[in-house]
Amino acid sequence: MTQNAVRPTPASPTPPGGHLLEVRDLHVEFRTREGVARVINGVTYHLDAGETLAVLGESGSGKSVTAQAIMGILDSPPAYVRAGQILYQGRDLLTRPEEERRQIRGAEIAMIFQDALSALNPVFPVGWQIGESLRERAGMSRADARRRTVELMDLVRIPAAAKRIGDYPHQFSGGMRQRVMIAMALALDPKVLIADEPTTALDVTVQAQIMDLLADLRRDLGMALVLITHDLGVVAGVADRIAVMYAGRIVEHADVHALYRAPAHPYTKGLLESIPRLDVRGQALSSIRGLPPNLMAIPSGCPFHPRCPYVQQVCVDEVPHDLVLGDGRTSACHFAQEVHDDRDD
Amino acid sequence: MLRFILRRLLQMVLAFFGTTLIVYALMFAGQGDPIQALAGERPVTAAQRAYLTEKYHLDATGVGGFFYRYLDYLGGLVQGDLGESLTGRQISDILAAAWPVTVKLAVIAMAVTVIFGVTAGVIAAIRRSGVFDHATLVLTLLVLGIPTIVLAPLAQYFLGVRWPVFPPTAGAQPSFYALLLPGIVLGSLSLATALRLTRTSVTENLRADYVRTARSKGLRRRRIVGVHVLRNSLIPVVTFLGVELGNLMGGAIITEGVFNVPGVGFNLFRGIRTEDGPLVVGIVSVLVVVYLLSNLVVDVLYAVLDPRIRYE
Repeated sequence: MTQNAVRPTPASPTPPGGHLLEVRDLHVEFRTREGVARVINGVTYHLDAGETLAVLGESGSGKSVTAQAIMGILDSPPAYVRAGQILYQGRDLLTRPEEERRQIRGAEIAMIFQDALSALNPVFPVGWQIGESLRERAGMSRADARRRTVELMDLVRIPAAAKRIGDYPHQFSGGMRQRVMIAMALALDPKVLIADEPTTALDVTVQAQIMDLLADLRRDLGMALVLITHDLGVVAGVADRIAVMYAGRIVEHADVHALYRAPAHPYTKGLLESIPRLDVRGQALSSIRGLPPNLMAIPSGCPFHPRCPYVQQVCVDEVPHDLVLGDGRTSACHFAQEVHDDRDD
Repeated sequence: MLRFILRRLLQMVLAFFGTTLIVYALMFAGQGDPIQALAGERPVTAAQRAYLTEKYHLDATGVGGFFYRYLDYLGGLVQGDLGESLTGRQISDILAAAWPVTVKLAVIAMAVTVIFGVTAGVIAAIRRSGVFDHATLVLTLLVLGIPTIVLAPLAQYFLGVRWPVFPPTAGAQPSFYALLLPGIVLGSLSLATALRLTRTSVTENLRADYVRTARSKGLRRRRIVGVHVLRNSLIPVVTFLGVELGNLMGGAIITEGVFNVPGVGFNLFRGIRTEDGPLVVGIVSVLVVVYLLSNLVVDVLYAVLDPRIRYE
């Protein structure tokens, strides 16, 4: 296999005006025995070369499913893409044959997962697993793959990389295992890295190290990063833009500073208010009332209306469209402007 | 690991003495007149009786006498002397003739199990809920439901007598071909279990997180299933096969009996039927060692296959 085989289309430049990666009006549903769960209901977001997009949302909001749809690794059954487009360098991946999508996985768009212990194969040494892409996809010899594997492990700052190449996943700490995952994802030099809750399973101090590492790697390697998380604290220092997901939709999409300064969707506002703060003492933590919606019976109108403090009759009757608030920020709320201007601190 | 093996070997010594004692007791304690049993229907002269009483220390009676004889037997056993059967043949000679036949039979049965059971299990798991999956489920349940005592004569009748594809019995010095049918019958039971086990294990591993990782690396499906999934799925299967091989090495009393295969099980059964105490105890003593060793091998193999297992 030659280097060309790894990149199926000779790095076609992103079409003018287009984005590196663009998800357009994606719909995904899970067909189960109990019924059809609409997990993704018209997700639209984009990613430009070299930038970091944070996708924020609770469990079940559809952030991981969107990522898996981009990768083409959804489990069908039960998951089926019902509608939409996923454009990578202008090509709609959903219309491409499986073989072409396989070539893109890992080489163009790579992904790391939440729990590195279960995401790594327990019976193969980590070096073997990192080198597998190099041998199988890039056609490297064993010796070359081994050399490159040590380089990659050094790159993600695993101490004594050359010595640890033969160790098994269970012999590493949680943080080191996630570094192994990252090294594995970087093996084929992808243009996009999707990190699905990369720090959720880790200690707080280790979380910070992994986030720093990801930020450094993104800058040094010029990748674009999609950071999926439910933790607002994690994204603040790293992301350029934030897309907030609720019930399978992007409810708010904004520049990170603008969003923190003045959220324009009641859900985002609720999330920000539920972060513990050091400067406000002696108050009970506020939380968003109610529970995330049942995806088999999504509420009418705005899916957030049963939990929303701003709720009006229109929210029950009509699905809100994305309201553009300037600076490219959008909010799927009938009262986006009011929420944005309503600052209680 | 080395300490684990040493400790297990020491435990084996204890287990060995314990089991031989029990078998020895069971075989001789209930016997009325061992000398008459030896002679069968024929009369025993006083001189013969005196000689045999002396030889087997039969003059010592009660519990003390039993232990005297047991220790005497054990003394020979430890030196590698299995003693003589009541027919006058050296038990070591009987085993030397029987074991190669049993080993051949075991190898055939194991080959059938691995080639058909494991392969079909993998296919059934990949095409879960398909026609192949359902067909193998019904077939394996059928095979598991029929005891060997029924399956062996059925196979013998249909494939040996009605449509003589195979020789109906093996006989002395059996050829490989003559052992094929008993081998398949013997293997069909572990085949069914191996198939179910492989299918479950592969199904479970196909859902594992590391499969999603392997897919996100852009590996071919053939490689994901053939390398990542299979390597994990085979851990319980290989363990099962190891234990099963140990069992097969001990001979198969029913199958060897039905097909007249002169293996270990066949001789053991003849010993029990003719109340040949020394032969039964001799064979069982060796079988105990084979069982214990094969179990040790399985434990070690388990640690080799799964790097997470460490014995301390």
